[in-house]
Amino acid sequence: MPHSRNIALTVNGERYEREVEVRLMLADFLRHHLGLTGTHLGCEHGVCGACTILLDGRSARSCLLLAVQCDGHDVMTVEGIAPSADALHPLQEAFRDHHGLQCGFCTPGMLTTLIEFLRENPDPTEEEVRIAISGNLCRCTGYQGIVAAALDAAKRMQAAPA
Amino acid sequence: MKPPPFEYHDPRTEAEVVGLLARLDNAKLLAGGQSLMPMLNMRYVLPDHVIDLNRVEGLSYIREAEGALEIGALTRQRDLEFSDLVRTRCPLMHEAVRQVGHRQTRNRGTIGGSLGHLDPAAELVTVATALDAIVTVAGPTGRREVPFAEFPAGFMMPSIALDEFITAVRIPLWRSDHGFAFVEFARRHGDFAIVSAAAMLEADGSGRPARASVTIGGATIAPQRMRDIEQGLVGQTLSQQLFRDLCESCRALEAIDDIHAPAAYRQHLAVVLSRRALQAAHARLNGTAVLPKRH
Ligand code: FES
Ligand code: FES
Repeated sequence: MPHSRNIALTVNGERYEREVEVRLMLADFLRHHLGLTGTHLGCEHGVCGACTILLDGRSARSCLLLAVQCDGHDVMTVEGIAPSADALHPLQEAFRDHHGLQCGFCTPGMLTTLIEFLRENPDPTEEEVRIAISGNLCRCTGYQGIVAAALDAAKRMQAAPA
Repeated sequence: MKPPPFEYHDPRTEAEVVGLLARLDNAKLLAGGQSLMPMLNMRYVLPDHVIDLNRVEGLSYIREAEGALEIGALTRQRDLEFSDLVRTRCPLMHEAVRQVGHRQTRNRGTIGGSLGHLDPAAELVTVATALDAIVTVAGPTGRREVPFAEFPAGFMMPSIALDEFITAVRIPLWRSDHGFAFVEFARRHGDFAIVSAAAMLEADGSGRPARASVTIGGATIAPQRMRDIEQGLVGQTLSQQLFRDLCESCRALEAIDDIHAPAAYRQHLAVVLSRRALQAAHARLNGTAVLPKRH
C-alpha cells in the first residue's frame, strides 16, 4: 500500500508495531486496530471531547490526530487509568460514588482530561474544574455529578497519592 | 468519517519543507491539526499531499530579543499560556490565549497554525493585529518578513505564496507599565468569539496616553485596528465619557452577517467590547502589566 507506513508506539505502557494507512486517525487506530474501544467517538471533528487521550502526558483529541503522527510517542487511553484489572483509580471510584456518569459515553474523555488536570492542579476550585471539562460534552448528567466527583477525587488523591 | 486519501510527508528541516512545497501540487501544511483535521474528516479539503510540520526541528521556542518576543511557528498555544515570558512581557497574549478553545485543543494548536488559518474570530489573530506582529515566512528565495497589517489578503487568506510557510512570529514589546485587556463575547466557553476586543495603552509623563492600540476581532473579514479610536485617545485625559464617545465609531464597521449573528449585532458588540477593553486597560495602566499566575 503506497499510502501506508509502519509505526511503533507505546499505548498504556505496551509497545505496538503496526502497518497503518497514513490517513487513519488515532481514534480509529486505537479502536479498530488495537481493540481498545474505551476511547469513544462522538463528533469526529474536535467538538465533543469523548475521544480525549493523553499524548506524551498531554490531553488531546484523538479524532484530530493521525496514527502516523504518534509514531515513536506515548499514548494513554482510558484503559490505562486503573492500576489493575480488579481495582479502580481514585478518580474512577469518585465518579462511581457521585454518579459522575449515566450512559458513560463521555466518561473516557472526562477521565483522561481530569487525570491531566488534577496532576497540574491537585487542589482545584469548582470553577477551575468546570473550565477544565469545558471541552467535554455530556448529554446525561448535567455535569453536577462530574464536578462533584472531580473535587472529591482531588481530595482522595491528595490523601493517598498514587 | 475518514480523511480522504493523501500522501503523507514528515520533513525534519525547514529546507525540506521548502523543497516539498516547491515540488508538490495541492499540498496542505499540518501544524496542530485543530482546524485542518476537522476539515479533512469532513472532506472540506481534498489535498493530494499533507506535509506534517510536527517533526521539523527548531520551530518551537519563545524568547526575548531586541525588544521583541520571538515565537516559533510550532509553539503550542498551551506553551504560550504557561510561558512566564509571555505572561510578564506580553500579558495581552496571555489573557487572550486563555480564551482559545479548550485545554485539549490548546495542547495541540500552534501559533503559526492560528495565524496561517487566519480565522477573523481567532484570538491570536486579533492579538497579532493589536501588537503589530511581524510574521516570518520561508520560501524558495529564503526568508521574508510580513508586517501583520499586510498579512491578511482577504477572508481567511494570508499573504503567503503556495510555496511558502510560516516559521516564526515576532511581537514588538510595549513598555512594562502599559495597560492592556482582551475581552470577548462567545456563546459558550471556548468557542470562537462572535466579537472580541483588544486594547493597549501606554502613558506619557502626565498619565495621558502617548500610544494606544484598539482592535476588533470577529466582526469584519479580518481583525481591524480602530485607528480613529486610537488617535482620539492619544494625548487626552481618559474618562468613561471619552471611551463611550470614541467607541461609537465601531457601529460603522463593515460587519459580517452570518448564521451566528447579524451585522448589526456584531457592530453593537464591537461598541460595547471596545469600551470594556479600554476601561480595563485604563485600570491597569501604570500598575504592573503582569497578570497573576494561574493555579
Ligand atoms: S470525537 Fe473527537 S472531539 Fe468529538
Ligand atoms: S454520561 Fe452520558 S454523555 Fe455523559
